[in-house]
Amino acid sequence: MGLTGFFLITFLIVHCLINSMIFFNDGGETFNHWAHFMGSNLIIRTMEIGLFAFLLLHIFQGLMLWSQNRSARPVRYAVNRPEKNSKWYSRSMGLLGTLILLFLILHLYHFWVPSRMGGIGSIHELEPASLSTYSGQEVHNLYNEMLMVFRENLWVVIVYVLGVFSLFWHLLHGFQSAFQTFGLNHKRYTPLIKGLGVAYSTIICIAFASMPVAMYMNWVS
Amino acid sequence: MEHYHMNLTLKIWRQKNSNAKGNFETYKVSNISSEMSFLELFDVLNEQLIAEGKEPIAFDHDCREGICGACSMYINGEAHGPWSKNTTCQLHMRAFKDGDTIVVEPWRSQAFPVLKDLVVDRSAFDRIIQAGGYISVNTGNAVDANAIPIDKKDADDAFMAAACIGCGACVATCPNGSAMLFVGAKISQLALLPQGEPERETRALNMIAQMDKEGFGNCTNVYACEAECPKGISVANIARMNREYLSAGLNADTK
Ligand code: HEM
Ligand code: SF4
Ligand code: FES
Repeated sequence: MGLTGFFLITFLIVHCLINSMIFFNDGGETFNHWAHFMGSNLIIRTMEIGLFAFLLLHIFQGLMLWSQNRSARPVRYAVNRPEKNSKWYSRSMGLLGTLILLFLILHLYHFWVPSRMGGIGSIHELEPASLSTYSGQEVHNLYNEMLMVFRENLWVVIVYVLGVFSLFWHLLHGFQSAFQTFGLNHKRYTPLIKGLGVAYSTIICIAFASMPVAMYMNWVS
Repeated sequence: MEHYHMNLTLKIWRQKNSNAKGNFETYKVSNISSEMSFLELFDVLNEQLIAEGKEPIAFDHDCREGICGACSMYINGEAHGPWSKNTTCQLHMRAFKDGDTIVVEPWRSQAFPVLKDLVVDRSAFDRIIQAGGYISVNTGNAVDANAIPIDKKDADDAFMAAACIGCGACVATCPNGSAMLFVGAKISQLALLPQGEPERETRALNMIAQMDKEGFGNCTNVYACEAECPKGISVANIARMNREYLSAGLNADTK
């Protein structure tokens, strides 16, 4: 859980940095360039396979944990006041993870499927308009795809913001939890790690949530 | 604080034996002193039940001074009731007010089956200790206090871990029914001291294997255990146990 969690945390940093390039407001040129790099570089594509493997492993481990831990208490308490001793999001990692998963399915369908398998399926047809040029290279206009998905689609924007919200709570627990799992608990460093976790979760999630909102509100074009 | 008396409604889990299906029974008690301990409340109630010709409520208790860990009760949704860093025997009735309803349940855990009413079988903890929570050499008489120099910080951490009284509140409270705070404390108190060093790795591996075998859940770092532990055992002990387990696992000979 901790190992796969760490990996996913690192992935999110890269993912968030590249996506934030839409805020350069240059019609997506910089963003498309880097998205093309991520989609065509062999090392990155290999890591992508690892990412999916780790994500599936993380989900599998999560489900195993959930079912084992459920059977550790076959008879529940009639009266329980967990709010007196722990945070609700720490107790709801399985639920939050499932919400993230639901969001991810929609998310991959929106972007990953058309950008990686564009020609193959009938989901997204390559039109001349969806190709943009950058330094003489033909790159897939993922930026335009983003605009198409988010502009005038209020419900999509809402689902994305809710998905990112679940991610926020999941990370708020998960970040510090991964360190504890690896045995790192120290008088001096643990408060630091916890603070870093709050900062990380907040920054990543505000950045991600602002993307669909900005496109819907026409703040970037 | 002023001394007062109260009338209370008690909803208490009754269960004939480990195979029986239990249920809550409601009892009324009156004129309970705010200076009584929670176990004294049970003494009063049991005398009342005996006078009425009914079966008294079975509950675990021994020292009644907060050091043995026997008095397991889940009171109003919290292990050992509303006070923190406290056992049931040290919970006093001034924690409640006149007219309150108090719900009392046994620890709920697959690994702690209910024997009768509020009494659970905590021998799973004993078997974990038997799997490695000791040092095998005969130490003879107690040696001179400073014969073996030990770093002050290690001595303090080992002492704090050794404060665990094996009450099981950590398991009872944990949403996953995990025993990692208990096992973490028991592994730590020996791992930090030179006496525990020779068997350090086999101890970690064997105790954790036994813990899993008993059917406790897995820790997801919710930290509810630390908040409800009567001795304030820190989750830093769980992290130490994770370190011990990782390094022991990496060093272990292939069998
Ligand atoms: C984008 C994705 C995700 C990231 C960055 C992420 C990150 C993390 C991290 C860092 C942890 C803590 C590791 C530890 O406690 O040792 C964790 C735990 C967990 N995750 Fe995820 N996760 C993600 C998606 C998911 C999904 C899709 C599920 C689906 C079921 C899920 C379910 C869980 C569960 C059940 C835990 C266990 C609680 C715990 O160990 O503290 N996660 N996650
Ligand atoms: S760690 Fe605390 S709650 Fe758990 S058994 Fe020891 S004293 Fe009780
Ligand atoms: S009876 Fe010994 S700790 Fe409560």
